[in-house]
Amino acid sequence: MVSRNTMTKTGRATNKASDSSNVDSGHQDNKDLLLSFYEEMVFIRHFELKASEMYQKAKIGGYCHLNLGEEATVVGLMRATQKQDYLFTTYREHGYAISKGSDPGRVMAELFGKADGVSHGWGGSMHLFDKETHLMGGYGIVGGQIPPATGAALAISYKNTPSTDSPIVVCIMGDGTTNIGAFHESLNIAAVWKLPIVYVIVNNFLGMGTSVDMASGEPELYKRGASYKIESIRINGEDPLEVYNTSLRMFRIAREEHRPLLIEAMSHRLKGHSVVDPAKYRSTEEMKEAEQHDPIPMLEKKLIGLSYLKESDITSIVAKAKERVSSAVAFAEQSPNPDIRQLFANVYSKKLPNDFYRLPGEPLFDEHSFSK
Amino acid sequence: MTIKTYRQTLHDTLAEEMRKDPDILLIGEEIGHFEGSYKITAGLLAEFGPKRVKDTPIAEEGFTGAAIGAAMLGLKPIVEIMTINFSLVAMDQIINHAAKIHAMFGGQVNVPLVIRTPGGGGQQLGASHSQNIEVFYAHIPGLKVVCPSNPADAKGLLKAAIGDTDPVLFLENLGLYGAKGEVPEEDYVLEIGKANVARQGKDITIISYSKATTVALEVADELAHEQISAEVIDLRSLRPLDRQTIVESARKTSRAVVIEDDWLTYGIGAEIAATIQEGAFDYLDAPVRRVAAAEVPVPYSKPLELASLPDAATLSKVIHQILDATAFNR
Ligand SMILES: Cc1ncc(C[n+]2csc(CCOP(=O)(O)OP(=O)(O)O)c2C)c(N)n1
Ligand SMILES: [Mg+2]
Repeated sequence: MVSRNTMTKTGRATNKASDSSNVDSGHQDNKDLLLSFYEEMVFIRHFELKASEMYQKAKIGGYCHLNLGEEATVVGLMRATQKQDYLFTTYREHGYAISKGSDPGRVMAELFGKADGVSHGWGGSMHLFDKETHLMGGYGIVGGQIPPATGAALAISYKNTPSTDSPIVVCIMGDGTTNIGAFHESLNIAAVWKLPIVYVIVNNFLGMGTSVDMASGEPELYKRGASYKIESIRINGEDPLEVYNTSLRMFRIAREEHRPLLIEAMSHRLKGHSVVDPAKYRSTEEMKEAEQHDPIPMLEKKLIGLSYLKESDITSIVAKAKERVSSAVAFAEQSPNPDIRQLFANVYSKKLPNDFYRLPGEPLFDEHSFSK
Repeated sequence: MTIKTYRQTLHDTLAEEMRKDPDILLIGEEIGHFEGSYKITAGLLAEFGPKRVKDTPIAEEGFTGAAIGAAMLGLKPIVEIMTINFSLVAMDQIINHAAKIHAMFGGQVNVPLVIRTPGGGGQQLGASHSQNIEVFYAHIPGLKVVCPSNPADAKGLLKAAIGDTDPVLFLENLGLYGAKGEVPEEDYVLEIGKANVARQGKDITIISYSKATTVALEVADELAHEQISAEVIDLRSLRPLDRQTIVESARKTSRAVVIEDDWLTYGIGAEIAATIQEGAFDYLDAPVRRVAAAEVPVPYSKPLELASLPDAATLSKVIHQILDATAFNR
């Protein structure tokens, strides 16, 4: 049984004092910002629900992990990034790709394995990549993204001095990922090399079915930053504004001081680990609690309370989101499959001497390739 | 032309390339202040400074992966992994990441990374420090593996590796660092994926790579005194593999033997033998033989270690067996 009650789910905590928010939800200027967060969260929600449906219809293959329940964290984080920032993330990344600016149609096309997919049909759900938006990849190996993300920050510090518009790296991972060696090696390297990177732990309390308490000697994961003198903070990942404000502040420090930081965003996973997981290991009470922490109704309530939103607006926002999702699906449907003649096109970046590009069963040699 | 050691050639080539391209940086344990476990990078910190010669924590997975990320953003990192044995803790980054990133992300990003690392037994370093496990990497599409056997090739292949836009594992050898050879002064690049016919011959083909090539050439010299003409093929690259050159030679000589420092089963020689049987079956007078390491963790004790590793005498013996079995006439 997952003892989530022992965790401060929404409590804010830091391993260093400096903490001040800069955007306040009760301020009229922020109405547009909050509404745009809401619209994007609703869109990601419906994108993910559709992905689940398309998976059941076998339009999507392989593994498919959704951001359901984590939309506030996704949107708050991505909105705080700048265009020049690089994002390295996990296999649970559809929302991040969209929020960082990838075309939803091309994301859906990638899930469908189509030629117009962001990774041209080579990556699938777990391996989205978009050079344009600086999405440097979703990575299917737990922790695999952390060393390359750290090295990308090295490349930034190699070419840029700290400044208000220096690019930074944002490296997303799950709670379970903080137990793998690559996490510790990378944080240490980032600290000794003073790299402009913000590591973000999205703590949804669960690996696949193994809870944070079961897996982590120090379950307050943000504290792990202290081992490397990395300033860190735990925040409520269900509140997009809190995520946004904290991210802005942490990203600014990374940008202007070129040093690593760590954010732990407390979040909830509304469904199974992946689409096929019925999550039998979770009790009814636990699921009920997760639903109570669904960030979308929470934000709706808040926006209605602030008179930023009416019930009728919700209906039209949802309708608009569904329409955009439908056109993403339509785009994915009509996109062609990748050409089999392109099978070997990207094994290496340039053509090789003595290539060995044979389909299974093809002979190694053509007799006419030999003299006499 | 100057006579130089393999070690000095690597050092000079690194320095030469770093002077030309400011995006090249060296990353590895003890390469700066300590000047390298095998002193390849001696003096480079003094010349290029800590920005370009980066000492790392003992974290092969972390710093190899960091080099991958730096390469993705356009730098040209050259990683030194102290010996190939320690690359095992970086294998996830090398195989699951460096080798996959270009293809898996649809060709959108390159990983122009060089990983330099020595293999080699025979130094009484015991089982965990004496392995020749390059086949692990040579098995992987998306990686290139080059294995120079002499100083001149070390220069040409290191330049090729640095200029390459894909990840290259550059296999050095503990037993070669002190080896001397002629190194041309001028700038030259060897094409990765092309084998070298290191010695022409007509009676038997010896295929080898890295340090084993020096053994093959030594044996070929001796055989010449017995009027046996051996051709020696130095693979230079394990992936891509120059099958054409191997098969053409086997067709010409009708006999082939592989000498390799790795273990026999599933080793590099297995791939060579399979290639020859497919490409030269009708031309062969004898089965392809392999002279490889005994299938044990490499022992420490000198007599045991020597017994476990292939050497010139064994290669010579096997060649005579092949020739005798085919009623070879001088
Ligand atoms: C190295 C490695 N080990 C195991 C897995 C299988 N696996 C995939 S996701 C996962 C759980 C990860 O949990 P967490 O880091 O909390 O991320 P979440 O899925 O909750 O977002 C596991 C064990 C893997 N992909 N890679
Ligand atoms: Mg988790």
